[in-house]
Amino acid sequence: MAELHDTDVLFKALADPTRRKLLDLLHAHDGRTLNDLCEHLDMTRQGVTQHLNLLEVANLVATVRRGREKLHFINPVPLQEIYERWIAKFEKPRLRALGDLKRRLERTNG
Amino acid sequence: MARSTFVYVTYIRTTPEKLWSALTDDVEFMKQYWFGVYCESQWKVGSSWKMVHPDGSITDAGEIVEADPPKRLVIRWRHEKKPELKAEGDSLCTVEIERSGTAVKLSITHAIEGEPSQFITAVSGGWPKIISNLKSLLETGAAVLQDPYPGK
Repeated sequence: MAELHDTDVLFKALADPTRRKLLDLLHAHDGRTLNDLCEHLDMTRQGVTQHLNLLEVANLVATVRRGREKLHFINPVPLQEIYERWIAKFEKPRLRALGDLKRRLERTNG
Repeated sequence: MARSTFVYVTYIRTTPEKLWSALTDDVEFMKQYWFGVYCESQWKVGSSWKMVHPDGSITDAGEIVEADPPKRLVIRWRHEKKPELKAEGDSLCTVEIERSGTAVKLSITHAIEGEPSQFITAVSGGWPKIISNLKSLLETGAAVLQDPYPGK
């Protein structure tokens, strides 16, 4: 449903470390099964399923059935929309300069 | 051999017919969301397909494998320009359009035999921008991105 993947649902889906880890796992290797993903997480199968469902509702994960398997793919389109809406338009060069400064200062401290 | 696949899904507040047209025969509309690129084809099973850039060059070509307007389109898609991508051979691009409430769900699946695939990596940088622009153009009448690689 179009109403379900508005900005609130999207940011809520991203506001959880396990779900971000799932996205990282799919980014590293796309098209994984639930079993495969469970191996990388210290969590019950039901827990992982719930997180995946939320990511699917937010349209960050798309699933494809292949035979008996359900494969999970990262769907980068909503992230592109976040990028355009919240990053690209806010003066990228200055943000980059600030980001560089932060990295340099933190490196000096460490 | 393993397959490399990318899946892109978005929901657009439009009709399946308008979306089909935007993805196929409406060349001027396509140029607006595809950074000046358009695809030339008769969009019937067996007809040839090619991707034409603003300078007239053709980087990708192939043929239509399935065409069921306004629901399903499958393109056999081959890169023609960069040798390392051309060497990977044919990819299959499947476009599926289905109603979902008041919107239309657009799914684009792009797959090629072999893993990892430089071709899939190359198209994966382009599709999200194109799809996002297409959504914005259909819903608001304006494309968000004019330049596919801003800041470069």
